[in-house]
Amino acid sequence: MRAATHPFVFTGCVELRQTLDVHALDERELLDRLREVPLDSIFFHTHGYFLHHRAFTTAWGNDFARWAAVEVRDQVLAERLAVVDPFAVETLDDLREELATIVDQHLRGLGAVVRLPFARGFHFQQSRLVEVPLGPRATNLREFRDGLAAVDASAIYLHMVHARARRGRAAGDFAEWLRTSLGQPALAEQFGRIDTYLTSLERVRGRLLDLVDRALEEEAE
Amino acid sequence: MSRIAEYRQVAPQGALDILERLAARARGRRLLHVSGGRLGGGPAEALRAAVPLLGDLGVDARWEVTGGDPAYYATVRTLQAALEGGERVPSEEGLERYLAMNRVSARKLDLEADLVLAHDVPPASLVEARTGGRWIWRCHFDCAGAQHGAWAFFRPLVERFDAAVFSLPQYAHRLGVPAFVLHPSIDPLSDRNRDLAPRELQTVLATLRVAQDKPLLLQVGPFTRGHDPLGVVNAYRIVKKHHDVRLVLAGAAGEDGESLEILASLRDAAEHDRDIVVLELPVDAHVQLNALQRAATIVLQKSVQEGFDLGPAEAMWKGKPVIGGATGGIAQQILHDVTGYLVRSVEGAAFRIRHLLNNRELIPRMGAAGREHARRAFLITRHLLDDLALMAHLAP
Repeated sequence: MRAATHPFVFTGCVELRQTLDVHALDERELLDRLREVPLDSIFFHTHGYFLHHRAFTTAWGNDFARWAAVEVRDQVLAERLAVVDPFAVETLDDLREELATIVDQHLRGLGAVVRLPFARGFHFQQSRLVEVPLGPRATNLREFRDGLAAVDASAIYLHMVHARARRGRAAGDFAEWLRTSLGQPALAEQFGRIDTYLTSLERVRGRLLDLVDRALEEEAE
Repeated sequence: MSRIAEYRQVAPQGALDILERLAARARGRRLLHVSGGRLGGGPAEALRAAVPLLGDLGVDARWEVTGGDPAYYATVRTLQAALEGGERVPSEEGLERYLAMNRVSARKLDLEADLVLAHDVPPASLVEARTGGRWIWRCHFDCAGAQHGAWAFFRPLVERFDAAVFSLPQYAHRLGVPAFVLHPSIDPLSDRNRDLAPRELQTVLATLRVAQDKPLLLQVGPFTRGHDPLGVVNAYRIVKKHHDVRLVLAGAAGEDGESLEILASLRDAAEHDRDIVVLELPVDAHVQLNALQRAATIVLQKSVQEGFDLGPAEAMWKGKPVIGGATGGIAQQILHDVTGYLVRSVEGAAFRIRHLLNNRELIPRMGAAGREHARRAFLITRHLLDDLALMAHLAP
């Protein structure tokens, strides 16, 4: 079995949520705040959804859409926000702009906005990730498979979601290692094509494992 | 088997590994919790479970408690009620007493630690005596609507901490220090949540005189307006026209007039309908409440007040679908249409109960999703991870 030039270190994470004391009590305020909050907050309320709902695919895909649906009860805005794929835009600035444009255009067709009590408002947060290196290092594809199957789901988030959106590693850490350290460009490309939108971390783990298993079978033949 | 090893059987895959590695990083540093007492629910209940587990993980974790005379405790209660928005005004004299008694506690207690977590109002002014380490105020209640006078007294104390932690972002009051958000948790191996053998379950239910001959609707919670037990009775009555079900309301009554009035109304309803069962249970009737939750077909938590009642997480852990009021922490726990339903009215609760009873296959499906959601988001193992991550972040 081919040995890696550098071992892969699985790293999990614990998310510390920080409230920003920035709140939107109606859709107009949501637009204003969307334009001014730090990008970390945009990331938390869009990509962070996958960490918060690790085991499930829930209905709205991001916190803004959920708030519009559940608290404002504006299904049209909720649907327009839900369809935004945070993985399809290049930067968080682009994502902010897309979300703000959707809210802005929606407001143009709206007469009055519903004002909510404070407790039901949108409360902007951001997160600090505390990274925790895990388990034995993987030096070949078999060890990588074993590690991937056993690690805390937060490691999938860190290497597949956070690495792409916050670290500028477009294909994710797994694909990067497969390509550069293990010499598996075809498998790396398959990893890079995995769609993490509207799914759960466990399903992503399952798809990654399927791909690795197939590669291991091919290696054995 | 060590206590922490038992949690490996119930925690999510990989969670104990990340917990042990974070604990290893914390070794050699001291973590101190300070609260107003060791008995009862709230922070004390969580700390009774968490502190020994941190010790099992090799973390130097201690727990100190403040104390004082009756005037001190009376002021603490009044101050906390005012910070929660109640129409209460602590006296100047009482506040002086609070500060003075905590100065005495500060001299008696060993407050040396790398990270100090002071829980709620009782130990908050100990921060005046801080000499080192990082200090965090852990607020377990909603103080966003605090009375102005009480907040004017309390805010300067909170701002002497390095950070504050709230259970929900909307519970936080405006502060000049970073405010973090950590959800509370349940202990899956406690008497309240551990597995019960069938015989033990049957014995407890028989003692409570709760038969299992028909689907059981259950609400656990105090008999107060905020928990809306009368609303639950009204929802049950709508459902009862179509389904032969039994409603059990289990909880403790307060001693105030309003609670006694609600309890009287519930008793009256039970007298006229043998399928309404009102059980007055002390707050520490953990095994009984565990058995009732396990026996339930559908669990209700139809609160109309903001708060982080962990009833939904407990019920989800037992594999039950939960229908809850769309408020505060309940809305954080229930994944609508996945682990149960969020409702805003008596009619909404009745509609969802009927929907589940008419589509029985949804009950185990939602129950299973609820157990998995509770496992990942609301077990004490996640809570320990949060505390250790705070330590890694604030006191590296």
